[in-house]
Amino acid sequence: MSASQPATLETPSPVSVLGRGAAAGRRRGEGALAGRLTLRALALGYLALLLVAPVGMVFYRTFEHGLDAVWNAVSASNAQHAFWLSLEIAAIAVPLNTAFGIGAALLLERGRFRGRAALGVLIDLPFAISPVVVGLTLVLVYGKAGWLGGWLADNGLSVIFSVPGMVMATAVVSLPFVARETMPVLRELGTDAEQAAATLGATAWQTFWRVTLPAIRWGVVYGVVLTSARALGEFGAVSIVSGRIEGQTQTLPLYVQDRFENFDGTGAYAAAVVLALLALGTLLAMNLLTRRARERGAR
Amino acid sequence: MLGIYLSALVLLPIAALTAKATSGGPGVLWREITNPEALAAIKLTLVVAVVVVALNAVFGTLIAWVLVRDEFPGKRLVNALIDLPFALPTIVAGLVLLSLYGHGSPVGVNVAFTRASVALALLFVTLPFVVRSVQPVLHELELSMEEAAASLGAGPFTVVRRIVLPSLTPAIVSGVALSFARAVGEFGSLVLITGNLPFKTEAGSVYVFAQIQNENLPAAAAVSFALLVAALVVLGALTFVSRWSSKHVR
Repeated sequence: MSASQPATLETPSPVSVLGRGAAAGRRRGEGALAGRLTLRALALGYLALLLVAPVGMVFYRTFEHGLDAVWNAVSASNAQHAFWLSLEIAAIAVPLNTAFGIGAALLLERGRFRGRAALGVLIDLPFAISPVVVGLTLVLVYGKAGWLGGWLADNGLSVIFSVPGMVMATAVVSLPFVARETMPVLRELGTDAEQAAATLGATAWQTFWRVTLPAIRWGVVYGVVLTSARALGEFGAVSIVSGRIEGQTQTLPLYVQDRFENFDGTGAYAAAVVLALLALGTLLAMNLLTRRARERGAR
Repeated sequence: MLGIYLSALVLLPIAALTAKATSGGPGVLWREITNPEALAAIKLTLVVAVVVVALNAVFGTLIAWVLVRDEFPGKRLVNALIDLPFALPTIVAGLVLLSLYGHGSPVGVNVAFTRASVALALLFVTLPFVVRSVQPVLHELELSMEEAAASLGAGPFTVVRRIVLPSLTPAIVSGVALSFARAVGEFGSLVLITGNLPFKTEAGSVYVFAQIQNENLPAAAAVSFALLVAALVVLGALTFVSRWSSKHVR
Protein backbone atom coordinates (compact mmCIF):
# COMPACT_ATOMS: atom_id res chain seq x y z
CA MET A 1 0.00 0.00 0.00
CA SER A 2 2.74 2.42 0.93
CA ALA A 3 4.55 1.91 -2.37
CA SER A 4 1.56 2.89 -4.49
CA GLN A 5 0.57 5.75 -2.27
CA PRO A 6 2.68 8.59 -3.70
CA ALA A 7 1.37 7.85 -7.23
CA THR A 8 -2.25 8.05 -6.13
CA LEU A 9 -1.61 11.19 -4.19
CA GLU A 10 -0.25 12.91 -7.32
CA THR A 11 -3.44 12.22 -9.22
CA PRO A 12 -6.16 12.70 -6.64
CA SER A 13 -9.19 11.73 -8.71
CA PRO A 14 -12.23 10.95 -6.53
CA VAL A 15 -12.75 7.62 -8.32
CA SER A 16 -9.31 6.23 -7.58
CA VAL A 17 -9.54 7.30 -3.96
CA LEU A 18 -12.89 5.59 -3.58
CA GLY A 19 -11.65 2.40 -5.26
CA ARG A 20 -8.60 2.20 -3.06
CA GLY A 21 -10.70 2.81 0.01
CA ALA A 22 -13.08 -0.03 -0.84
CA ALA A 23 -10.33 -2.58 -1.47
CA ALA A 24 -8.49 -1.60 1.68
CA GLY A 25 -11.79 -1.66 3.54
CA ARG A 26 -12.40 -5.27 2.52
CA ARG A 27 -8.96 -6.33 3.63
CA ARG A 28 -9.39 -4.47 6.85
CA GLY A 29 -12.87 -5.94 7.20
CA GLU A 30 -11.45 -9.46 7.43
CA GLY A 31 -8.67 -8.40 9.75
CA ALA A 32 -11.13 -6.44 11.87
CA LEU A 33 -13.47 -9.42 12.16
CA ALA A 34 -10.68 -11.68 13.42
CA GLY A 35 -9.57 -8.94 15.78
CA ARG A 36 -13.08 -8.39 17.02
CA LEU A 37 -13.63 -12.10 17.68
CA THR A 38 -10.33 -12.26 19.58
CA LEU A 39 -11.28 -9.30 21.75
CA ARG A 40 -14.75 -10.73 22.34
CA ALA A 41 -13.26 -14.09 23.36
CA LEU A 42 -10.79 -12.38 25.71
CA ALA A 43 -13.43 -10.20 27.37
CA LEU A 44 -16.00 -12.95 27.76
CA GLY A 45 -13.35 -15.45 28.87
CA TYR A 46 -12.16 -13.08 31.59
CA LEU A 47 -15.73 -12.52 32.80
CA ALA A 48 -16.48 -16.24 32.74
CA LEU A 49 -13.42 -17.14 34.82
CA LEU A 50 -13.68 -14.29 37.31
CA LEU A 51 -17.42 -13.85 37.64
CA VAL A 52 -19.79 -16.35 36.10
CA ALA A 53 -18.07 -19.65 36.88
CA PRO A 54 -17.40 -18.87 40.57
CA VAL A 55 -20.95 -17.62 41.15
CA GLY A 56 -22.37 -20.66 39.36
CA MET A 57 -20.14 -22.87 41.50
CA VAL A 58 -21.62 -21.49 44.74
CA PHE A 59 -25.10 -22.38 43.51
CA TYR A 60 -23.90 -25.87 42.57
CA ARG A 61 -22.18 -26.41 45.95
CA THR A 62 -25.32 -25.25 47.73
CA PHE A 63 -27.71 -27.59 45.99
CA GLU A 64 -25.43 -30.61 45.49
CA HIS A 65 -26.75 -32.28 48.68
CA GLY A 66 -30.36 -31.73 47.71
CA LEU A 67 -33.06 -29.25 48.58
CA ASP A 68 -33.78 -30.71 52.03
CA ALA A 69 -30.29 -29.89 53.31
CA VAL A 70 -30.63 -26.32 52.02
CA TRP A 71 -34.06 -25.95 53.60
CA ASN A 72 -32.80 -27.23 56.94
CA ALA A 73 -29.87 -24.84 56.77
CA VAL A 74 -31.91 -21.72 56.03
CA SER A 75 -34.60 -22.58 58.56
CA ALA A 76 -32.11 -23.02 61.43
CA SER A 77 -33.08 -20.58 64.16
CA ASN A 78 -29.82 -18.61 64.07
CA ALA A 79 -30.09 -18.29 60.30
CA GLN A 80 -33.66 -17.03 60.60
CA HIS A 81 -32.68 -14.56 63.27
CA ALA A 82 -29.75 -13.32 61.19
CA PHE A 83 -31.98 -12.89 58.14
CA TRP A 84 -34.61 -10.85 60.00
CA LEU A 85 -31.98 -8.78 61.79
CA SER A 86 -30.43 -7.88 58.42
CA LEU A 87 -33.84 -6.82 57.13
CA GLU A 88 -34.56 -4.84 60.31
CA ILE A 89 -31.28 -2.93 60.08
CA ALA A 90 -31.82 -2.18 56.39
CA ALA A 91 -35.40 -1.10 57.13
CA ILE A 92 -34.08 1.59 59.49
CA ALA A 93 -30.90 2.64 57.67
CA VAL A 94 -32.32 2.83 54.14
CA PRO A 95 -35.15 5.35 54.86
CA LEU A 96 -32.76 7.48 56.93
CA ASN A 97 -30.22 7.54 54.11
CA THR A 98 -32.94 8.20 51.54
CA ALA A 99 -34.18 11.29 53.38
CA PHE A 100 -30.60 12.42 53.94
CA GLY A 101 -29.60 11.71 50.34
CA ILE A 102 -32.48 13.72 48.86
CA GLY A 103 -31.83 16.60 51.23
CA ALA A 104 -28.10 16.58 50.52
CA ALA A 105 -28.67 16.39 46.75
CA LEU A 106 -31.05 19.39 46.90
CA LEU A 107 -28.57 21.31 49.00
CA LEU A 108 -25.65 20.52 46.67
CA GLU A 109 -27.53 21.18 43.41
CA ARG A 110 -29.83 24.02 44.42
CA GLY A 111 -28.04 25.65 47.32
CA ARG A 112 -25.53 28.46 46.99
CA PHE A 113 -23.33 28.57 50.03
CA ARG A 114 -19.69 28.46 51.02
CA GLY A 115 -18.27 25.00 51.58
CA ARG A 116 -20.52 23.31 49.05
CA ALA A 117 -17.55 21.49 47.51
CA ALA A 118 -16.43 20.37 50.96
CA LEU A 119 -19.89 18.97 51.67
CA GLY A 120 -19.76 17.02 48.41
CA VAL A 121 -16.40 15.51 49.36
CA LEU A 122 -17.68 14.68 52.85
CA ILE A 123 -20.71 12.82 51.48
CA ASP A 124 -18.49 10.80 49.13
CA LEU A 125 -15.97 10.03 51.86
CA PRO A 126 -17.54 6.70 52.97
CA PHE A 127 -16.70 5.26 49.53
CA ALA A 128 -13.02 6.06 50.05
CA ILE A 129 -12.85 4.56 53.55
CA SER A 130 -12.41 0.89 54.33
CA PRO A 131 -15.49 -0.61 56.04
CA VAL A 132 -13.18 -1.74 58.84
CA VAL A 133 -12.06 1.84 59.36
CA VAL A 134 -15.71 2.96 59.39
CA GLY A 135 -16.35 0.46 62.18
CA LEU A 136 -13.29 1.64 64.08
CA THR A 137 -14.25 5.33 63.82
CA LEU A 138 -17.68 4.53 65.29
CA VAL A 139 -16.11 2.55 68.15
CA LEU A 140 -13.82 5.51 68.87
CA VAL A 141 -16.84 7.80 69.31
CA TYR A 142 -19.56 5.56 70.67
CA GLY A 143 -17.61 2.66 72.25
CA LYS A 144 -17.11 2.32 75.99
CA ALA A 145 -13.77 4.15 75.84
CA GLY A 146 -14.97 6.48 73.08
CA TRP A 147 -15.65 10.21 73.10
CA LEU A 148 -19.35 9.79 73.90
CA GLY A 149 -19.05 6.35 75.51
CA GLY A 150 -19.21 7.60 79.11
CA TRP A 151 -22.22 9.83 78.48
CA LEU A 152 -24.06 7.01 76.65
CA ALA A 153 -23.34 4.57 79.50
CA ASP A 154 -24.55 7.07 82.13
CA ASN A 155 -27.81 7.38 80.25
CA GLY A 156 -28.18 3.62 79.89
CA LEU A 157 -27.78 3.72 76.10
CA SER A 158 -25.78 1.07 74.29
CA VAL A 159 -24.69 1.70 70.73
CA ILE A 160 -21.63 -0.44 70.09
CA PHE A 161 -22.23 -4.22 70.29
CA SER A 162 -25.96 -3.66 69.78
CA VAL A 163 -28.41 -2.85 67.02
CA PRO A 164 -28.13 1.00 67.04
CA GLY A 165 -24.41 0.77 66.29
CA MET A 166 -25.04 -1.75 63.52
CA VAL A 167 -27.63 0.58 61.99
CA MET A 168 -25.12 3.44 62.16
CA ALA A 169 -22.36 1.38 60.53
CA THR A 170 -24.77 0.31 57.78
CA ALA A 171 -25.93 3.90 57.26
CA VAL A 172 -22.35 5.19 56.91
CA VAL A 173 -21.22 2.68 54.28
CA SER A 174 -24.35 3.21 52.17
CA LEU A 175 -24.54 6.98 52.74
CA PRO A 176 -23.54 8.36 49.31
CA PHE A 177 -25.78 6.32 46.99
CA VAL A 178 -29.07 8.28 47.06
CA ALA A 179 -27.36 11.68 46.87
CA ARG A 180 -25.06 10.48 44.07
CA GLU A 181 -27.95 9.10 41.97
CA THR A 182 -30.29 12.02 42.62
CA MET A 183 -27.87 14.87 41.88
CA PRO A 184 -27.49 14.33 38.12
CA VAL A 185 -31.29 14.01 37.75
CA LEU A 186 -31.79 17.29 39.61
CA ARG A 187 -29.17 18.98 37.45
CA GLU A 188 -30.84 17.65 34.29
CA LEU A 189 -34.26 18.76 35.53
CA GLY A 190 -33.31 22.41 35.91
CA THR A 191 -35.31 24.86 38.00
CA ASP A 192 -37.94 26.08 35.50
CA ALA A 193 -40.83 24.02 36.83
CA GLU A 194 -39.89 24.80 40.44
CA GLN A 195 -39.76 28.52 39.75
CA ALA A 196 -43.09 28.36 37.94
CA ALA A 197 -44.66 26.61 40.92
CA ALA A 198 -43.22 29.22 43.27
CA THR A 199 -44.55 32.05 41.07
CA LEU A 200 -47.99 30.46 41.19
CA GLY A 201 -47.87 30.65 44.97
CA ALA A 202 -46.75 27.19 46.01
CA THR A 203 -44.79 26.97 49.25
CA ALA A 204 -41.33 25.44 49.17
CA TRP A 205 -42.75 22.31 50.77
CA GLN A 206 -45.57 22.03 48.18
CA THR A 207 -43.10 22.59 45.34
CA PHE A 208 -40.92 19.80 46.67
CA TRP A 209 -43.73 17.24 47.03
CA ARG A 210 -45.71 18.12 43.91
CA VAL A 211 -43.02 19.20 41.43
CA THR A 212 -39.48 18.17 42.35
CA LEU A 213 -39.97 14.77 43.96
CA PRO A 214 -42.18 13.30 41.18
CA ALA A 215 -39.62 14.43 38.60
CA ILE A 216 -36.62 12.90 40.37
CA ARG A 217 -38.30 9.78 41.73
CA TRP A 218 -36.59 7.27 39.45
CA GLY A 219 -33.18 8.63 40.33
CA VAL A 220 -34.12 8.32 44.00
CA VAL A 221 -35.43 4.79 43.54
CA TYR A 222 -32.21 3.77 41.80
CA GLY A 223 -30.26 5.14 44.74
CA VAL A 224 -32.54 3.30 47.17
CA VAL A 225 -31.93 0.01 45.35
CA LEU A 226 -28.16 0.47 45.62
CA THR A 227 -28.45 1.54 49.27
CA SER A 228 -30.56 -1.50 50.13
CA ALA A 229 -28.19 -3.93 48.43
CA ARG A 230 -25.25 -2.47 50.29
CA ALA A 231 -27.17 -2.35 53.58
CA LEU A 232 -28.18 -6.00 53.39
CA GLY A 233 -24.70 -7.13 52.42
CA GLU A 234 -22.43 -4.98 54.60
CA PHE A 235 -19.85 -7.06 56.40
CA GLY A 236 -16.72 -5.29 57.64
CA ALA A 237 -18.17 -2.26 59.41
CA VAL A 238 -21.03 -4.21 60.97
CA SER A 239 -18.65 -6.98 62.00
CA ILE A 240 -16.66 -4.57 64.15
CA VAL A 241 -19.51 -2.77 65.89
CA SER A 242 -21.72 -5.86 66.37
CA GLY A 243 -19.62 -8.02 68.67
CA ARG A 244 -20.99 -10.91 66.56
CA ILE A 245 -23.11 -12.53 69.22
CA GLU A 246 -24.87 -15.57 67.74
CA GLY A 247 -28.62 -15.19 67.62
CA GLN A 248 -28.36 -11.61 68.86
CA THR A 249 -26.15 -9.28 66.84
CA GLN A 250 -25.37 -11.59 63.93
CA THR A 251 -26.55 -10.39 60.52
CA LEU A 252 -26.79 -12.72 57.54
CA PRO A 253 -23.33 -11.83 56.11
CA LEU A 254 -21.81 -12.39 59.57
CA TYR A 255 -23.69 -15.69 59.78
CA VAL A 256 -22.08 -16.81 56.49
CA GLN A 257 -18.62 -16.25 57.98
CA ASP A 258 -19.55 -17.90 61.27
CA ARG A 259 -20.92 -21.05 59.58
CA PHE A 260 -17.93 -21.30 57.25
CA GLU A 261 -15.41 -20.98 60.05
CA ASN A 262 -17.29 -23.61 62.05
CA PHE A 263 -16.96 -26.06 59.16
CA ASP A 264 -20.68 -25.93 58.38
CA GLY A 265 -20.27 -25.57 54.61
CA THR A 266 -23.93 -26.29 53.90
CA GLY A 267 -25.08 -23.55 56.28
CA ALA A 268 -22.59 -21.05 54.86
CA TYR A 269 -23.44 -21.82 51.24
CA ALA A 270 -27.21 -21.76 51.86
CA ALA A 271 -27.05 -18.33 53.54
CA ALA A 272 -24.69 -17.09 50.82
CA VAL A 273 -27.15 -18.18 48.15
CA VAL A 274 -29.95 -16.27 49.89
CA LEU A 275 -27.74 -13.17 49.76
CA ALA A 276 -26.73 -13.89 46.16
CA LEU A 277 -30.39 -14.12 45.15
CA LEU A 278 -31.03 -10.75 46.80
CA ALA A 279 -28.09 -9.40 44.78
CA LEU A 280 -29.49 -10.81 41.54
CA GLY A 281 -32.85 -9.22 42.40
CA THR A 282 -30.99 -5.93 42.85
CA LEU A 283 -29.39 -6.30 39.42
CA LEU A 284 -32.77 -6.97 37.86
CA ALA A 285 -34.27 -3.89 39.54
CA MET A 286 -31.32 -1.77 38.41
CA ASN A 287 -31.80 -2.89 34.82
CA LEU A 288 -35.52 -2.23 34.80
CA LEU A 289 -34.89 1.22 36.24
CA THR A 290 -32.17 2.18 33.74
CA ARG A 291 -34.34 0.97 30.87
CA ARG A 292 -37.20 3.06 32.19
CA ALA A 293 -34.93 6.09 32.50
CA ARG A 294 -33.67 5.57 28.95
CA GLU A 295 -37.21 5.32 27.58
CA ARG A 296 -38.15 8.50 29.37
CA GLY A 297 -35.05 10.17 28.00
CA ALA A 298 -35.92 9.08 24.45
CA ARG A 299 -39.37 10.61 24.58
CA MET B 1 -30.82 18.03 60.49
CA LEU B 2 -28.55 17.05 57.63
CA GLY B 3 -25.62 18.49 59.50
CA ILE B 4 -26.35 16.49 62.65
CA TYR B 5 -26.75 13.27 60.68
CA LEU B 6 -23.51 13.82 58.77
CA SER B 7 -21.65 14.87 61.92
CA ALA B 8 -22.82 11.87 63.91
CA LEU B 9 -22.00 9.37 61.18
CA VAL B 10 -18.96 10.78 59.37
CA LEU B 11 -17.48 13.98 60.72
CA LEU B 12 -17.21 13.15 64.41
CA PRO B 13 -16.00 9.56 63.82
CA ILE B 14 -13.30 10.70 61.36
CA ALA B 15 -12.21 13.38 63.82
CA ALA B 16 -12.00 10.74 66.57
CA LEU B 17 -9.87 8.53 64.32
CA THR B 18 -7.53 11.37 63.45
CA ALA B 19 -7.25 12.34 67.11
CA LYS B 20 -6.54 8.75 68.16
CA ALA B 21 -3.97 8.21 65.42
CA THR B 22 -2.08 11.41 66.14
CA SER B 23 -2.60 11.64 69.92
CA GLY B 24 0.88 10.27 70.68
CA GLY B 25 2.53 12.63 68.22
CA PRO B 26 4.09 11.87 64.83
CA GLY B 27 6.74 9.63 66.42
CA VAL B 28 4.18 7.20 67.83
CA LEU B 29 2.14 7.27 64.61
CA TRP B 30 5.27 6.46 62.62
CA ARG B 31 6.25 3.65 65.02
CA GLU B 32 2.82 2.04 64.75
CA ILE B 33 2.85 2.24 60.95
CA THR B 34 6.40 0.90 60.66
CA ASN B 35 5.78 -1.98 63.04
CA PRO B 36 6.97 -4.93 60.89
CA GLU B 37 3.59 -6.66 60.72
CA ALA B 38 1.74 -3.42 59.96
CA LEU B 39 4.31 -2.44 57.36
CA ALA B 40 4.08 -5.83 55.66
CA ALA B 41 0.28 -5.52 55.53
CA ILE B 42 0.38 -1.98 54.14
CA LYS B 43 3.01 -2.97 51.56
CA LEU B 44 1.00 -6.00 50.46
CA THR B 45 -2.13 -3.90 50.14
CA LEU B 46 -0.47 -1.20 48.05
CA VAL B 47 1.48 -3.59 45.79
CA VAL B 48 -1.50 -5.85 45.10
CA ALA B 49 -3.75 -2.81 44.57
CA VAL B 50 -1.37 -1.48 41.91
CA VAL B 51 -1.27 -4.85 40.12
CA VAL B 52 -5.05 -5.21 40.32
CA VAL B 53 -5.65 -1.70 39.08
CA ALA B 54 -3.31 -2.25 36.11
CA LEU B 55 -5.19 -5.43 35.16
CA ASN B 56 -8.48 -3.56 35.59
CA ALA B 57 -7.32 -0.81 33.24
CA VAL B 58 -6.58 -3.37 30.52
CA PHE B 59 -9.49 -5.78 30.96
CA GLY B 60 -12.00 -3.11 31.98
CA THR B 61 -11.32 -1.13 28.81
CA LEU B 62 -11.42 -4.31 26.75
CA ILE B 63 -14.78 -5.36 28.24
CA ALA B 64 -16.20 -1.87 27.77
CA TRP B 65 -15.08 -1.91 24.13
CA VAL B 66 -16.68 -5.29 23.50
CA LEU B 67 -19.91 -4.19 25.18
CA VAL B 68 -20.15 -0.97 23.14
CA ARG B 69 -18.69 -1.82 19.73
CA ASP B 70 -19.36 -5.54 19.36
CA GLU B 71 -22.67 -7.32 18.78
CA PHE B 72 -23.33 -10.85 19.97
CA PRO B 73 -26.26 -12.79 21.39
CA GLY B 74 -26.62 -12.34 25.15
CA LYS B 75 -24.82 -9.01 25.19
CA ARG B 76 -27.46 -7.38 27.37
CA LEU B 77 -27.21 -10.16 29.95
CA VAL B 78 -23.41 -9.81 30.05
CA ASN B 79 -23.81 -6.05 30.43
CA ALA B 80 -26.17 -6.55 33.37
CA LEU B 81 -23.81 -9.06 35.04
CA ILE B 82 -20.95 -6.53 35.18
CA ASP B 83 -22.57 -4.91 38.23
CA LEU B 84 -22.85 -8.20 40.12
CA PRO B 85 -19.69 -7.59 42.19
CA PHE B 86 -21.29 -4.33 43.45
CA ALA B 87 -24.55 -6.05 44.35
CA LEU B 88 -23.04 -9.16 45.90
CA PRO B 89 -22.14 -8.91 49.61
CA THR B 90 -18.35 -9.01 49.96
CA ILE B 91 -18.34 -12.04 52.26
CA VAL B 92 -20.31 -13.91 49.57
CA ALA B 93 -17.80 -12.74 46.96
CA GLY B 94 -15.05 -14.38 48.98
CA LEU B 95 -17.03 -17.59 49.37
CA VAL B 96 -17.86 -17.59 45.66
CA LEU B 97 -14.18 -17.41 44.70
CA LEU B 98 -13.23 -19.97 47.34
CA SER B 99 -15.77 -22.47 46.01
CA LEU B 100 -14.10 -22.54 42.60
CA TYR B 101 -10.50 -21.58 43.34
CA GLY B 102 -10.08 -22.92 46.89
CA HIS B 103 -9.41 -26.29 48.55
CA GLY B 104 -11.00 -29.13 46.61
CA SER B 105 -11.30 -26.92 43.56
CA PRO B 106 -13.12 -28.78 40.77
CA VAL B 107 -10.72 -27.25 38.22
CA GLY B 108 -7.62 -28.08 40.26
CA VAL B 109 -6.66 -24.46 40.97
CA ASN B 110 -6.17 -23.73 44.66
CA VAL B 111 -5.07 -20.20 45.46
CA ALA B 112 -6.52 -20.11 49.00
CA PHE B 113 -4.14 -18.62 51.59
CA THR B 114 -1.72 -17.33 48.92
CA ARG B 115 -1.02 -13.78 47.79
CA ALA B 116 -2.70 -14.62 44.49
CA SER B 117 -5.95 -15.01 46.41
CA VAL B 118 -5.67 -11.40 47.61
CA ALA B 119 -5.34 -10.24 44.01
CA LEU B 120 -8.17 -12.51 42.85
CA ALA B 121 -10.59 -11.18 45.48
CA LEU B 122 -9.68 -7.57 44.71
CA LEU B 123 -10.06 -8.15 40.95
CA PHE B 124 -13.53 -9.52 41.60
CA VAL B 125 -14.81 -6.66 43.74
CA THR B 126 -13.30 -3.87 41.60
CA LEU B 127 -14.31 -5.31 38.22
CA PRO B 128 -17.13 -2.84 37.43
CA PHE B 129 -15.29 0.46 38.05
CA VAL B 130 -13.25 0.82 34.84
CA VAL B 131 -15.91 -0.85 32.66
CA ARG B 132 -18.61 1.49 33.91
CA SER B 133 -16.55 4.64 33.60
CA VAL B 134 -15.22 3.84 30.10
CA GLN B 135 -18.50 2.56 28.62
CA PRO B 136 -20.40 5.87 28.34
CA VAL B 137 -17.38 7.70 26.92
CA LEU B 138 -16.83 5.02 24.30
CA HIS B 139 -20.52 5.23 23.48
CA GLU B 140 -20.26 8.96 22.80
CA LEU B 141 -17.03 8.63 20.83
CA GLU B 142 -17.66 9.37 17.13
CA LEU B 143 -16.82 6.48 14.84
CA SER B 144 -16.13 8.99 12.07
CA MET B 145 -12.76 10.00 13.47
CA GLU B 146 -11.59 6.39 13.63
CA GLU B 147 -12.92 5.78 10.12
CA ALA B 148 -11.14 8.87 8.85
CA ALA B 149 -7.88 7.68 10.41
CA ALA B 150 -8.36 4.22 8.92
CA SER B 151 -9.14 5.56 5.46
CA LEU B 152 -5.97 7.65 5.62
CA GLY B 153 -4.07 4.38 6.04
CA ALA B 154 -3.78 3.98 9.82
CA GLY B 155 -3.70 0.36 10.96
CA PRO B 156 -6.00 -0.79 13.78
CA PHE B 157 -3.23 -0.45 16.39
CA THR B 158 -2.45 3.07 15.29
CA VAL B 159 -6.14 3.99 15.44
CA VAL B 160 -6.45 2.59 18.95
CA ARG B 161 -3.22 4.18 20.14
CA ARG B 162 -3.64 7.60 18.52
CA ILE B 163 -7.42 8.11 18.44
CA VAL B 164 -9.30 5.81 20.86
CA LEU B 165 -7.00 5.62 23.87
CA PRO B 166 -6.33 9.36 24.19
CA SER B 167 -10.09 10.01 24.31
CA LEU B 168 -10.63 7.24 26.86
CA THR B 169 -7.72 8.10 29.15
CA PRO B 170 -9.64 10.38 31.55
CA ALA B 171 -12.37 7.75 31.97
CA ILE B 172 -9.82 4.95 32.48
CA VAL B 173 -7.97 7.06 35.03
CA SER B 174 -11.11 7.81 37.02
CA GLY B 175 -12.11 4.12 36.98
CA VAL B 176 -8.60 3.21 38.10
CA ALA B 177 -8.74 5.75 40.94
CA LEU B 178 -12.02 4.35 42.25
CA SER B 179 -10.69 0.77 41.92
CA PHE B 180 -7.58 1.70 43.83
CA ALA B 181 -9.48 3.32 46.69
CA ARG B 182 -11.76 0.30 46.91
CA ALA B 183 -8.85 -2.18 46.71
CA VAL B 184 -6.94 -0.44 49.50
CA GLY B 185 -9.93 -0.59 51.85
CA GLU B 186 -11.41 -3.96 50.87
CA PHE B 187 -12.07 -6.37 53.72
CA GLY B 188 -15.06 -8.73 53.42
CA SER B 189 -13.98 -10.61 50.31
CA LEU B 190 -10.50 -11.24 51.78
CA VAL B 191 -11.58 -12.77 55.09
CA LEU B 192 -12.36 -16.30 53.95
CA ILE B 193 -10.04 -16.83 50.98
CA THR B 194 -6.73 -15.31 52.13
CA GLY B 195 -6.48 -16.98 55.54
CA ASN B 196 -5.24 -13.61 56.95
CA LEU B 197 -1.70 -14.88 57.51
CA PRO B 198 0.51 -12.13 59.01
CA PHE B 199 3.52 -11.21 56.80
CA LYS B 200 2.04 -13.26 53.97
CA THR B 201 -1.59 -12.63 53.04
CA GLU B 202 -2.68 -10.15 55.69
CA ALA B 203 -3.92 -6.98 53.97
CA GLY B 204 -4.03 -3.59 55.67
CA SER B 205 -7.73 -3.68 56.51
CA VAL B 206 -7.39 -7.22 57.89
CA TYR B 207 -4.51 -6.06 60.09
CA VAL B 208 -6.67 -3.21 61.41
CA PHE B 209 -9.45 -5.69 62.15
CA ALA B 210 -7.07 -7.97 64.06
CA GLN B 211 -5.77 -5.06 66.14
CA ILE B 212 -9.32 -4.01 67.03
CA GLN B 213 -10.04 -7.57 68.15
CA ASN B 214 -6.91 -7.46 70.31
CA GLU B 215 -8.08 -4.11 71.73
CA ASN B 216 -4.91 -2.50 70.40
CA LEU B 217 -6.76 0.62 69.25
CA PRO B 218 -3.70 2.91 68.82
CA ALA B 219 -2.21 0.50 66.25
CA ALA B 220 -5.57 0.06 64.52
CA ALA B 221 -6.08 3.83 64.36
CA ALA B 222 -2.57 4.48 63.04
CA VAL B 223 -2.81 1.99 60.17
CA SER B 224 -6.41 3.07 59.43
CA PHE B 225 -5.16 6.61 59.18
CA ALA B 226 -2.39 5.56 56.79
CA LEU B 227 -4.82 3.63 54.57
CA LEU B 228 -7.26 6.54 54.58
CA VAL B 229 -4.56 8.99 53.56
CA ALA B 230 -3.30 6.64 50.83
CA ALA B 231 -6.80 6.28 49.36
CA LEU B 232 -7.49 10.02 49.51
CA VAL B 233 -4.13 10.96 48.00
CA VAL B 234 -4.59 8.58 45.08
CA LEU B 235 -8.20 9.67 44.54
CA GLY B 236 -7.21 13.31 44.64
CA ALA B 237 -4.13 12.90 42.44
CA LEU B 238 -5.92 10.84 39.82
CA THR B 239 -8.88 13.21 39.72
CA PHE B 240 -6.39 16.02 39.15
CA VAL B 241 -4.60 14.08 36.41
CA SER B 242 -7.85 13.21 34.70
CA ARG B 243 -9.03 16.85 34.76
CA TRP B 244 -5.67 17.94 33.41
CA SER B 245 -5.62 15.34 30.62
CA SER B 246 -9.21 16.01 29.56
CA LYS B 247 -8.20 19.65 29.12
CA HIS B 248 -4.95 18.99 27.29
CA VAL B 249 -5.64 15.93 25.14
CA ARG B 250 -7.27 17.84 22.33
